[in-house]
Amino acid sequence: MRWHRLWAMARKEFIQIGRDSRSLMIVLVMPVVLVLLFGYGVSLDLKRTATCVFDREGSPQSRDLLARFASSEYFNVVKHVDGYPALTRALDTGACKLGVVVPHDFSRRLAAGGPVSLQAVVDATDDNTANLVFGYTEAVVRGFSAETQLDWLARQGERRPPVTVRIESRTWFNEDLESKSFIVPGVVAIVMAVIGTFLTSLTIAREWERGTMEQLISTPVTSLEVMLGKLVPYFVIGMVATAVCVAIGIGWFEVPFRGHWTTLFGSAALFLTVVLSIGFLFSVLAKTQLAASQFALVSTFLPSFLLSGFLFAIEQMPPVLRALTHLFPARYLVTILKAVFLKGTEAPALRFELAALGLFAIVLAALATRAFQKRLA
Amino acid sequence: MFQRLRQMLIKEFLQVLRDKRARTLLFVPPMIQMLVFGYAATFEIRNVTTAIVDQDRSPESRELIARFTATPYFDVLARLEDPRELQGLIDRGEAILAVHVRPGFGQKLRKGETASVQVIADSTVSNTALIALGYIERIAGQFAADYQRDRMQRLRPLAIEQLPRVELERRPWFNEDLRSRWFFIPGVIGSLILVMVTTLTAFAVVREREVGTLEQIMVTPIRRGEFILGKTLPFFLIGLADAALIATVGTFWFGIPFRGQVWVLLLGVMLFLLSVLGVALLVSTVSATQQQAMVTTFFFIMPAITFSGFAFPITAMPQFLQWVSYANPLRYILVVLRGVYLKGVGLEILWPQMLSMAAIAFVLLTLSVFRFHKALD
Repeated sequence: MRWHRLWAMARKEFIQIGRDSRSLMIVLVMPVVLVLLFGYGVSLDLKRTATCVFDREGSPQSRDLLARFASSEYFNVVKHVDGYPALTRALDTGACKLGVVVPHDFSRRLAAGGPVSLQAVVDATDDNTANLVFGYTEAVVRGFSAETQLDWLARQGERRPPVTVRIESRTWFNEDLESKSFIVPGVVAIVMAVIGTFLTSLTIAREWERGTMEQLISTPVTSLEVMLGKLVPYFVIGMVATAVCVAIGIGWFEVPFRGHWTTLFGSAALFLTVVLSIGFLFSVLAKTQLAASQFALVSTFLPSFLLSGFLFAIEQMPPVLRALTHLFPARYLVTILKAVFLKGTEAPALRFELAALGLFAIVLAALATRAFQKRLA
Repeated sequence: MFQRLRQMLIKEFLQVLRDKRARTLLFVPPMIQMLVFGYAATFEIRNVTTAIVDQDRSPESRELIARFTATPYFDVLARLEDPRELQGLIDRGEAILAVHVRPGFGQKLRKGETASVQVIADSTVSNTALIALGYIERIAGQFAADYQRDRMQRLRPLAIEQLPRVELERRPWFNEDLRSRWFFIPGVIGSLILVMVTTLTAFAVVREREVGTLEQIMVTPIRRGEFILGKTLPFFLIGLADAALIATVGTFWFGIPFRGQVWVLLLGVMLFLLSVLGVALLVSTVSATQQQAMVTTFFFIMPAITFSGFAFPITAMPQFLQWVSYANPLRYILVVLRGVYLKGVGLEILWPQMLSMAAIAFVLLTLSVFRFHKALD
């Protein structure tokens, strides 16, 4: 292996990336776009649910209860309906996500004592939102119920307030329960997967498709030099993109960073080696750019999105799928990144994940080298 | 005209379906993505690993903890004596949740005071923490209400029946068991069509240009309109076939209810396909190479999926992005898909979405045909 030949290969690749405005864009702009996209677009928090109320009684009590919905920051009462057909229609069109129905004998039954039920009809198409809406609705109703009881007890001469159990919840590592804080570490992994596999597999498949790979091989460069010369530029770019993502995450979205830089960039380097090898391998195996990019998409992009614990908790997946996640390196990276960002975990505590990434890197790099040599032979 | 169009279609279908790998590409990635979404994408929580410290050991604390463990949501990993052990368990990620009852809990309740329970959640685990805390609040609330009732029963056995109480009747419509799968799978039809059809179409057109066969085709008597139709019709049909495949698997394998009419769904999917083809043609007019086409479609697809309501509610996004999302065809097809599948609604409700897609398709197709002329000259 000669350094000057390797350098020449790498320079050629850099020039090629630099000349193609769109490749340059994916390299420079994409990390920024992705972080902003997910930082702003990915939020599972609930805000101001569009609410319809159907007050079948119209008594002071029912109005008092409904006023609590109107004044809560979680609800936005957009409509008063006067019948079930109108309510159904509001939910069908999606104009409202929640319908609150007060029964026609609400105040009479409250005065008589015993339980009165209030109906909460929720558009549960989106189950996560529905769960949150039910939670907040229940909190309003519980508050109303407790006050009514208090009044009643006072009238009965009972001065002691009813007992309550208070939950003092503390959420560690992400104290404000901000979606952003666990999204940004995951975005770093996605950016790397895209640059590593997607871009690499495309550029190398292009050399094959246009026949320039054969031209390269006929020069004195060895196959190892070709491979490294192709991959080193993307490695450098990937590391820069990672740094950009991390900078935006910390600087703009104010995601806490509690760990060590060495752990962060060390694991990033390992993961980049893995995805670059995968990208290279696909470009060698696939005949066309289309096939290479599709393989890359399904094998790295999708798993780093869905099977890495970035968005959906791995613990909640069925056992087969949970076992399967171990085969995708993104899983280890996302675990490491979340731990380094939010928990401030030190490298020794992450040795299993780091070792797994290292193993993937070695095996895949070896596979890619072999496949490349075989194809050339 | 029909004869030339027929020839063009035959050529395109031959090109798309000629080898096994190309055929695999059309149907295997959608299937894999469908299965992964069906099983991995879930916001439901089950068996969250929980550590418990009960320092009170009173009947009250035992009762409360028993209520937690009786639900399917929490899986008790350890019962600890020393609350200091919690730190390590959560740091290492062995427990996601910790419930800590301090001494004096039962005594406070018996005196009629507010008693508190400490809950610690590892919020790096996506939104599991948020949902789990919601369940805990609910269980504790119910416990307090029941406890209060028992206490009243002892103090004033006669009055208890008259204690007023408002209960919430939960009515989740459309997705009665609150399953994430019901929410995601109809949506997958839309997002997969978007990904498949844009990439395939854009690639097919750009490849001709890159390889130089576009000039060859243009010197034949074929007209531009016929060329564009010949290029898009195969992918329109492939998109329909993919949609049918996913819809079938979704209905029969995942058991997603289909409550609406097939023709409404078909109409929606066709309008959506037209707008997606418009996007793809537009991309192909601005891309000289396949790599550029890939990068450009990627830049379109990522935001389109993020800001469509596919996984994250649009209402939780910043206002500006909500406005932008009105230009996104995926936003409308998702409403149609979920409306037809889960709500069972028809055109009387979905006409605004259909019209919006038709308008987007019209604008994009006109624009791309116009640009196509220029791109060829």
